[in-house]
Amino acid sequence: MGALTLKNVTKAFGRTEVIKGVDLDVQDGEFCVFVGPSGCGKSTLLRMIAGLEDVTSGDVEIDGERINDLAPARREIAMVFQSYALYPHLTVRDNMGLALKQLGTPKAQIVEAADKAAAMLDLGPLMERRPSELSGGQRQRVAIGRAIVRTPKLFLFDEPLSNLDAALRVATRIEIARLHRDLGATMIYVTHDQVEAMTLADKIVVLRAGRVEQVGRPMDLYNDPDNTFVAGFIGSPQMNFLKAGLLGLSSDTVGIRPEHLAISATEGPIEGSVSHLEKLGGETLTYVRTPDHGLLTVRQFGEHDHPVDSTVRLTPDQSRAFHFDADGQRLR
Amino acid sequence: MSTARQSTTRTIAAHGVLILYTLIALFPVFVIVVNSFKSRRAIFADPLALPTAETFDLIGYRTVLQQGDFLLYFQNSMMVTVGSLFFVLLFGAMAAFALSEYRFRGNSLMGLYLALGIMIPIRLGTVAILQMMVASGLVNTLTALILVYTAQGLPLAVFILSEFMRSVSDDLKNAGRIDGLSEYTIFFRLVLPLVRPAMATVAVFTMIPIWNDLWFPLILAPSEETKTITLGSQVFIGQFVTNWNAVLAALGLAIVPVLVLYLIFSRQLIRGITAGAVK
Repeated sequence: MGALTLKNVTKAFGRTEVIKGVDLDVQDGEFCVFVGPSGCGKSTLLRMIAGLEDVTSGDVEIDGERINDLAPARREIAMVFQSYALYPHLTVRDNMGLALKQLGTPKAQIVEAADKAAAMLDLGPLMERRPSELSGGQRQRVAIGRAIVRTPKLFLFDEPLSNLDAALRVATRIEIARLHRDLGATMIYVTHDQVEAMTLADKIVVLRAGRVEQVGRPMDLYNDPDNTFVAGFIGSPQMNFLKAGLLGLSSDTVGIRPEHLAISATEGPIEGSVSHLEKLGGETLTYVRTPDHGLLTVRQFGEHDHPVDSTVRLTPDQSRAFHFDADGQRLR
Repeated sequence: MSTARQSTTRTIAAHGVLILYTLIALFPVFVIVVNSFKSRRAIFADPLALPTAETFDLIGYRTVLQQGDFLLYFQNSMMVTVGSLFFVLLFGAMAAFALSEYRFRGNSLMGLYLALGIMIPIRLGTVAILQMMVASGLVNTLTALILVYTAQGLPLAVFILSEFMRSVSDDLKNAGRIDGLSEYTIFFRLVLPLVRPAMATVAVFTMIPIWNDLWFPLILAPSEETKTITLGSQVFIGQFVTNWNAVLAALGLAIVPVLVLYLIFSRQLIRGITAGAVK
């Protein structure tokens, strides 16, 4: 239970098309992440699955059943929002139980479900508090708990970690991954953060301007991107794009990840000057300004020193290079 | 050091200005209350003097409570004010919710149309309103007044509340929808409590002109049973002789209920007015 299918789904606000024909299959139990820059339509797509936005054309199906015209409450979904969206006038327990109460579930059963969710998320001592008495991380855990209590077919997450600080973000990310393993439920997760996408997803959907650019497992997207957009979006720091003609290659653009550029003082076909150096302890990032290819990033493991403004030479690892045509499509 | 001193001077100056304004604003109220406790002769002899043992006289209050049915007038005023306030807040908030929440054709046009009443005084339509009330048999009823005041208060209510409702988190409303709450429950249980400060602001701005109005009670409901307090007080103002004791006493009493209502709303009101500024 919980397979999601989108068939040529579109969405238009007036004359502007925001979602331009999306086809997607999410298997039961899969963790699927929508990722893309802001304004790419990923949140709109999620809201269409939730039923908060009408579908202009196409079909949304859960378990093979068309749900386009079903009210959000009847789609057997649960959603976790970026701003937590807890009911300010209800206690944690009532926040969690509200959906079941609306369905007419017996009281004892609601209490049991809420307690079970609370145990999973360590919310036991907070059950009688109101949202205003909780910290940001606690609120988001309550919001996740509220979703669990419903035992939905589909969990929808709308950038749930964006309002948390860095440390809490990592902890909550791990918690969500653990929940996915424990519950085995289908989850759709929207984020603009490719690290979240890479670490959580079974399947990543990269969106740009209302279209799906590529769908695949995280490592497939990383190792085998279809086009320059996906290649540039997945992976941090971003992939370097070099002009192939200047390197004597037949393709239009060559993509090289920062770790596949060798840096040396004397040897290499590309000359440039160091514009900035970032030492992170475990790795060193060197930004090299080149006359032909613009700013390139070099990633070395361990500590290294390249004085700013010194001249360096770079060697791309040709065996790890990606080749793209003039339209940015991958040449294989 | 210098900034600290400067800010002290500034604080004193600001308080000075505010205290001066308060004195000016409260002076007429002070004169009314003080003189309502004096004998007629004393009022004219020295209007600004406080009542002394010699000049103290409750004749005004006695007249008011004996002559005319002032308890009824109070009750009428109260019913009209509270009734109108209830409908203005209810319908104003509902319209504001629809305008801010739902996308439909002509949304902004509808918003403009509803706000138009802020600029056009309702009294311009008095003749038509009177004709309508006569035709529907509502002359000399409190219903007539409540209907007119509701219409008078709605434009500002819709205008202010729709701005505030836009600031209520969409996520919260959507969470409610996913949990199966009806649009009415979302409106009454989730949105209304969050715009309470704005509701209080609207309530005060709506309430005071209604309580003080003389025009519509005089035209639409001048009968003895439907007189409001402001209209009732006019009994004592004659063309040749005015019973000042009674007029001042009636006005003094009329301040009390509106003051009570204001105090109820004022805590919320301050939050409503400062909400945009401090956030």
